Amino acid sequence: MPLTPEEVSKIAHLARLNLSHDEEVLYANQLSGILEFIEQLNQVDTEQKSERQQTKQIEPLAHPFDLEQRLRDDAVTEVDLREKYQKIASQTEAGLYLVPQVIE
Amino acid sequence: MTHHTKTIANLRDELASKKISSVELTQHFLARIKKHNPTLNSFITITEEHALAAAKQADQQRAAGQAGMLTGIPLAHKDIFCTDGIQTTCGSKMLANFLAPYDATVVSKFKQAGMVMLGKTNMDEFAMGSSNETSYFGDVKNPWDIHCVPGGSSGGSAAAVAAQLAPAATGTDTGGSIRQPAALCNITGLKPTYGRVSRYGMIAFASSLDQGGIFTQTAEDAALLLNVMAGFDEKDSTSVDHPVPDYTATLTQSIKGLKIGLPKEYFSDGLNPEVAKLIQDAIKQYEKLGAIIQEISLPNTQLSCPVYYVIAPAECSSNLARYDGVRYGYRCDNPTDLLDLYCRTRSEGFGREVKRRIMIGTYVLSAGYFDAYYLKAQRVRRLIRDDFKQAFSSVDVILSPTTPTPAFKFGEKMNDPISMYLSDIYTIAVNLAGLPGISIPAGFVNQLPIGLQLIGNLFDEAKLLNVAHQYQLHTDWHKRMPEGF
Repeated sequence: MPLTPEEVSKIAHLARLNLSHDEEVLYANQLSGILEFIEQLNQVDTEQKSERQQTKQIEPLAHPFDLEQRLRDDAVTEVDLREKYQKIASQTEAGLYLVPQVIE
Repeated sequence: MTHHTKTIANLRDELASKKISSVELTQHFLARIKKHNPTLNSFITITEEHALAAAKQADQQRAAGQAGMLTGIPLAHKDIFCTDGIQTTCGSKMLANFLAPYDATVVSKFKQAGMVMLGKTNMDEFAMGSSNETSYFGDVKNPWDIHCVPGGSSGGSAAAVAAQLAPAATGTDTGGSIRQPAALCNITGLKPTYGRVSRYGMIAFASSLDQGGIFTQTAEDAALLLNVMAGFDEKDSTSVDHPVPDYTATLTQSIKGLKIGLPKEYFSDGLNPEVAKLIQDAIKQYEKLGAIIQEISLPNTQLSCPVYYVIAPAECSSNLARYDGVRYGYRCDNPTDLLDLYCRTRSEGFGREVKRRIMIGTYVLSAGYFDAYYLKAQRVRRLIRDDFKQAFSSVDVILSPTTPTPAFKFGEKMNDPISMYLSDIYTIAVNLAGLPGISIPAGFVNQLPIGLQLIGNLFDEAKLLNVAHQYQLHTDWHKRMPEGF
């Protein structure tokens, strides 16, 4: 399914990227090619028959060996490094990060 | 002086017997970097002062009788690993001036072992690329032919070790980014099992696939360094608490009776016939050593590339959402409002390939497409993983070429993303299945090196290193050095 430059512009907005018109045309071409390439996954049968002959979808694999997320005790383990971390920000004031005004 | 031709195992002995000091060794490698980096562009940052201070400290430790196995040996880090107070760029304009506020676990482990960091190596931007042509800091040249790519994304690390500007270098592998450049540069590259090496402080690309590893001249050196790198880390929620053996202890074991599987899908159409012939020679060598060769099938092989190019961009699009110009990294000039700050920072800070992948990821995760692309890809990922599970019920390791061809020329695949993506065809499935893999030198086609890939079962790095070491005891491909360095 080929993408139009308008659709690319919409995706770019969702990803918070500005594109020039030329870039939209270029990416429309390239992304369409890549989508066509990954479309072949639709040809794959991902249904399985269970023991009772019911069909169900193969479970998606999120972790390569199905490991469960480890949890730790809910205890404070980090020290306050605010100053160190804020030193590398473009703009801070009174321990806060500054961005352009949001509310009038 | 020819210290640079020596392996880490040799350098360790020379340091121990005080034939050389760590300061001398470090100066030697720094001088080589200064001489050859203008040609190769394999380093983004050279940390000379830090290196000399660390080397001096290492020599003092040795004098005090407190030296460990690897104290005083230099290495380089891929610029994806955070280094406290030192520029960590990830090959991107976005992080060109980023001074990381802490060390990655991998970096601090090597530091604790007394190893000396020479600098940070060049790489594809955010590790997205197979040729090192997407770096904001310019192309890395392949020491075997400077008109050819070194592979990617860890191209700087591979070129640095191949040209002997460092005895070893770290790398990361999401779809082949250690094994493919190792193959194209004639060195040993190890990608451990997912969760074996901590990802803490390793800048994220695709979190369910990324794994740190190492480039060295030999499998023996890789074993020495994996001993340091491997292990559980509280700070990485995907780190696996699994015992760490001494990887050097089993290197000399005989491989008589070892069952090696050849996946028939990895020896089909796209494989360059001259590469195929060299791989057949390697198979014969293994037969001579007593291994039993057996054909196997990984039937879903052709699906690994399309699955990867859904899952990796999806994870990248969410991981890279953090670059917003607020807390660290690049920020555009004079933003008019918050949206303008986000959009211009990201458009100006990211390069083309990164934007392309962020957009693919955004698309496949967007409402209405999530099931059709992302969940579908994860279902097929299970099929690919199960192929390997099945294979390892009958064989001990799997053998294949690392890449279908030797190194290609600059620009050859830059405008054709899919042909670039297909250069990782034999390495990608290993990441989807979370398995360990290693690439070792296996010969030359038109003076360009090619690699042999060995794939192991989960946490079977010791066996992989044993099988690789046995090959290196009986061949000398890994000892060939590029001319002019």
